Amino acid sequence: MTTVRPLRVTGVGAWLPGAPDWPTLRGVLRGEHGLAEDAPAKPAAEVLPAAERRRAPDSVRLAAEVAIQACRMAQHEPAELACVFASTHGEVAITDYVCETLARAPLELSPTRFHNSVLNAPAGYWTIATACTAASSAVTAHHCSFAAGLLEAAAYACAEDVPVLFASCDIASTGPLAEMTRTTVAFGVALVLSPAATGGARLRWSLRNAGPGALPPAALALQSVASDNSANAHALALLAALAGRETAQLALPLSPGLALDMEITP
Amino acid sequence: MPARIEPLAVTARTATSALGHGAAAHLQALSRDRGGLRANDFSSAPLDCFIGRVDGIEETALPRELAHWDCRNNRLAWLGLQADGLREQVAAALARHGPPRVALVLGTSTASIEATEQAYRRLDDGRFPEDLRRPEIHTPHSLAAFVADATGIAGPALTISTACSSSAKVFGSAERLMRLGLADAVLVGGVDTLCDSVLFGFHSLELVSRRPCRPFDCRRDGISIGEAAAFALLERPAIAPHAPRLIGYGESSDAWHMSTPHPEGRGALAALDDALARAGITAEQVDYVNLHGTATVKNDEVEARLLRRFPHRTRAGSTKGFTGHTLGAAGALEAVVALLAIEHALVPPNLGGSEPMPEAAPWLALRPESRDLHIALSNSFGFGGNNACLVFARGDSR
Repeated sequence: MTTVRPLRVTGVGAWLPGAPDWPTLRGVLRGEHGLAEDAPAKPAAEVLPAAERRRAPDSVRLAAEVAIQACRMAQHEPAELACVFASTHGEVAITDYVCETLARAPLELSPTRFHNSVLNAPAGYWTIATACTAASSAVTAHHCSFAAGLLEAAAYACAEDVPVLFASCDIASTGPLAEMTRTTVAFGVALVLSPAATGGARLRWSLRNAGPGALPPAALALQSVASDNSANAHALALLAALAGRETAQLALPLSPGLALDMEITP
Repeated sequence: MPARIEPLAVTARTATSALGHGAAAHLQALSRDRGGLRANDFSSAPLDCFIGRVDGIEETALPRELAHWDCRNNRLAWLGLQADGLREQVAAALARHGPPRVALVLGTSTASIEATEQAYRRLDDGRFPEDLRRPEIHTPHSLAAFVADATGIAGPALTISTACSSSAKVFGSAERLMRLGLADAVLVGGVDTLCDSVLFGFHSLELVSRRPCRPFDCRRDGISIGEAAAFALLERPAIAPHAPRLIGYGESSDAWHMSTPHPEGRGALAALDDALARAGITAEQVDYVNLHGTATVKNDEVEARLLRRFPHRTRAGSTKGFTGHTLGAAGALEAVVALLAIEHALVPPNLGGSEPMPEAAPWLALRPESRDLHIALSNSFGFGGNNACLVFARGDSR
């Protein structure tokens, strides 16, 4: 087991249908209330300039929304923050469009949708909108995408001794691809991880040789989101620990025999 | 500016591209000025352009126990793992450090989207055809998941997908894991394959040339798309004092535009400065720069400005005229080219640039040059304004 210096979670952002921000989702995780009936159907993503917001695909709006929430809570200027965006499947609606168009009329492919199809589209739009010139990355690891992205972000924060913005987002699949990706709900979460000694929640972390452990059961209202894909389940487990009032342990799988081991003190 | 890093040894490296399978094929082509581009014979509908296609992928079969990973990208990855004895070298590293202490960080932009495209061409009553109903190949992580399975690497396995800088950034991620003591060895690399998405996608952006690409040439008019698999094994220098080193890397964002670079190369310059600072060197010490040099009007114009940072004795060039732009694999492929340049005292020529842009001409090597190289750089810039710059150096002399 390798232990590295602890980090602080100084900002949290979240969005899913019925819980458009972290305070709302935290209330759901604490069992204080259910999902909101009258919540917006799409992330506001006001950090994106109006023209970009219209052009931006859903995965970008979702990522931008949770990212700005986390930055505001942490009181960090986004322009200075290195960022890591994780996703299990990326912009699946555009993947569906691209593959459908290529099969039918390849010369009709839209150039804008093509460049929006890259996995780093959220990182690209985010850094453009916030004038962020720091390092930005896009990470994926199928069933381990949330933990792998968190590892990448935490390693950056510790190695470089700077705060890092981490976001993990997936949107609902469409078309024939949906049978393979099986994600039905848009869900995004963002954290600002800081190497500072105080502030926010403490996150001790390490890597441990261990098979996949059981996750704490998701709150009833969130079970369909959690069962959508493992990144969602893993993110919700960490958010539940951050919403709790006591120190919690959590081990998220990084590979069949390795776990990202965490101790979260809210 | 970031602090200087401890160098890492590159204990194994290999490349498979349109130039052939393995380091020797690459060296031979680069030293003889012989490119690997051919008229497009790949896309599912005609497209008038040149491509860097790897021979032998169609005939490659994965072993039975890995057959569920079968797709063009993973076949190319498999070919890449066989070249230069890389699989044996990875096996030796696994034995040295223990499988969970070896990490895997791979870059790709296409991943196995070619298989997803194929499924959409052959839909069976609205569903993927049965042979392609395999969720593990319809994810952007299919490459790294396959390589982990094929090599037995049991440490963290992640995919970086930042378009054309993907497999340059993997070196940075690997160095951080090693510096924090989270891994004792990291297999890094990149694999991208030809597919309709990139051929018709870049065509739709009017970025594809009808001729073999001409980096830094006055008449340049776009890219030629290629495919490649390239890998490097990073370990601590004590294990291999004579092996070449990764001594620095830099990463930055343009914060400018999704598909065109910042006009003054702000982000590219930031990545370069970051890389030099981590390496603890100045631009004057750089002997060779493998340029991103895509042969688009804009990229080469912006990148040529960067060359002013270097003295004229620094030699530079793009090798995309040889291999095509291998997109998500370009960072790793060109890192291997830079390593081969150091190992064999060879400055690869900037193939296709016979009428060089005056702004770049003083630095460009137009023919292969035999020269002692201590320090070599490799630039990679991607969509979304995502930049990375790598610095390699010769190991201790024997």
